Amino acid sequence: MKKIAMTVAALVASAGLASAGAVAPGDVAFAEDGSVAQSLSGAAGDVENGRKIMNKGAGNCIACHQVTALSHLLFHGEIGPTLDGAADRWTQAELRGIVANAKNVFEGSMMPSFYKTTGFIRLGKAYTGKAHEGEVMPLLTAQEIEDVVSFLMTLKEE
Amino acid sequence: MKNTSKLVSALALAAMTSTPALAGPDEDQLWVNDEIQMVTEVAAPAHMENIDTLYSGWRYRSNETQAIQMDDFENPGFVGVENAMVSWAKVEGDAGESCQSCHGDVESLKGVRAVYPRWNEAAGEVRTLEMQVNDCRVTRMSAEEWGYTSGPMANMLALISSVSRGMPVNVAIDGPAQATWEHGKELYYMRTGQLELSCANCHEDSVGLMVRADHLSQGQINGFPTYRLKNTKLNTVHARFKGCVRDTRAQTYKPGSAEFIALELYVASRGNGLSVEGPSVRN
Ligand code: HEC
Ligand code: HEC
Repeated sequence: MKKIAMTVAALVASAGLASAGAVAPGDVAFAEDGSVAQSLSGAAGDVENGRKIMNKGAGNCIACHQVTALSHLLFHGEIGPTLDGAADRWTQAELRGIVANAKNVFEGSMMPSFYKTTGFIRLGKAYTGKAHEGEVMPLLTAQEIEDVVSFLMTLKEE
Repeated sequence: MKNTSKLVSALALAAMTSTPALAGPDEDQLWVNDEIQMVTEVAAPAHMENIDTLYSGWRYRSNETQAIQMDDFENPGFVGVENAMVSWAKVEGDAGESCQSCHGDVESLKGVRAVYPRWNEAAGEVRTLEMQVNDCRVTRMSAEEWGYTSGPMANMLALISSVSRGMPVNVAIDGPAQATWEHGKELYYMRTGQLELSCANCHEDSVGLMVRADHLSQGQINGFPTYRLKNTKLNTVHARFKGCVRDTRAQTYKPGSAEFIALELYVASRGNGLSVEGPSVRN
C-alpha cells in the first residue's frame, strides 16, 4: 500500500519534471557556435534508448553514419563522417546542438534538423507522401535528443 | 616506360582515393544481347554545372543485377514489352483504331524515347511520352486514358523505349522548353520535407556513397521504365520521383503534374549523351 503510493508519487514527480523542464523546439537557446548547454528535457539521457534511436525510426542515424559500436547492425551509411570518437571531438553541449539542429554548426548540412518544427517546404505526413496536418512534431522529442546525446557521449577512442 | 609510370601513379592514386566498399561506379561495360552497346559513361553536357562525367545507374548496381539487364530473355521487363505488343495491335475505343493502325510497326517510333519530354507546338506544352500516349488514346482512338503510372502505361513505355535502345538521350532544353527546364532545375535543388533534402543532396553531392543499404547513383532516367527487383514490376519515371520525394518526409507532387513534367525534362537533360536503356533492371 505504502509502496504503491510512493511509486505513484514518483511517477507524478518525474512526469511533472519532464514536461515542466522540456524546452520547446522554438525556444532552444543555441549558443553562437550552435551548441546547447541545457538538457532539452530537463532530465538526463538514457544511453540504451539512445542506442536504439541511432538505428530506428525518426533517428536512423546510421543511414548516414558509420558507428563501430553498432557494428552488429547491418548497413551503415557514408554520407556523414564516422561517429567513432565523437565524444573526443565534441562536448556534450556541442553534440546536443548538432543533433538538435546540425545546420547551425555545419552550414548547409545534409543532416536533418531533429528538433525543429518550422520552415519546411511541402512538409509531409511522415513517409506517406501526403500533406502534413495539424501540429508539427520534431523528428525526435526532447528526451530522445537527450538519449541520443548520452549515447554519443559513450563514443570515445582516446 | 613513360606509360608504365603513369599507370603506377594512377594505381597509387586510385588506392589512395578509393574508400572501402563500393564507392564510385564500377568499370563494367554494358552490352545487351551481345549486340547493343550502351554508353554508360560520357562527358557531361555543357548545362551541367557540378558534374563532369555522366554514369548510367547500371554502373552502380551489383554484378547480379547488372547481368539481368544484359539479356532480354533474363530481363523481366520484357514480359511488359510483350504485353504492350498486344496492346499495340489492339483496336480500342470508339474510333476503331489501334496504335498500329496509325503507326504501323513499332520500329517506326525508333528515336522517339530519346527526345522526350519535348515541346509540342500544336498543344503549346512540354509533353512527356506518357502524355503523348494518352493523347493518342483520347484524340485518335477515342479510348480511355491509361493511368499515368499504371501497368499498361509502363508496359507501353517499355515497348517504345526498347526500339530506341543504344541511341543517345537528346532532349532539347532551349526555345519554348526553356521555362519548363528552369522550373525543373529549381525543383531539383529545392530541399523538401522534414528531412530537408533535395534531389541534388543525394544524386549530386552524395553520388557513389551508401545511404543505409542503398548505393547512390546520379538518379538518371535513361533506363526508364525500370524493372525493379524490389517491387517486381516496371516503374515509370514519375513513380520513382514520387518515391524519392516521399522519402524526404515531404508531400509529393502528383504523377503527371506540372512539377513532375518539369522535373522530368530537367533530369532527362542531365542524361543527354547516355544511351536509352529502357526497360532497364535495377534493385
Ligand atoms: C541524411 C544524412 C544524415 C543523417 C540522417 C544524420 N546525419 Fe549526422 N551528419 C551528417 C553529415 C553530412 C555530417 C557532417 C557535417 C556536414 O558536413 O554537414 C554530420 C555530422 C554529425 C556529427 C558530427 C560528426 C563528427 O564527429 O565530427 C554528429 C555527432 C552527428 N552527425 C550525429 C548524428 C546523429 C546522432 C544522427 C541521428 C539522430 C545523425 N547524425 C543523422 C549527415 C547525417
Ligand atoms: C534521401 C536520398 C534521396 C533523395 C533526396 C532523392 N533520391 Fe532518388 N534515389 C535514392 C536512392 C537510394 C535510389 C536508389 C539507388 C540509386 O539508383 O541511386 C534512388 C534512385 C533514383 C532514380 C533511379 C535511378 C536509376 O538508375 O534507375 C531516379 C531517377 C531518382 N532517384 C531521381 C530522384 C529525383 C528526381 C529526386 C528529387 C525529386 C530524388 N531522386 C531524390 C535516394 C534519394
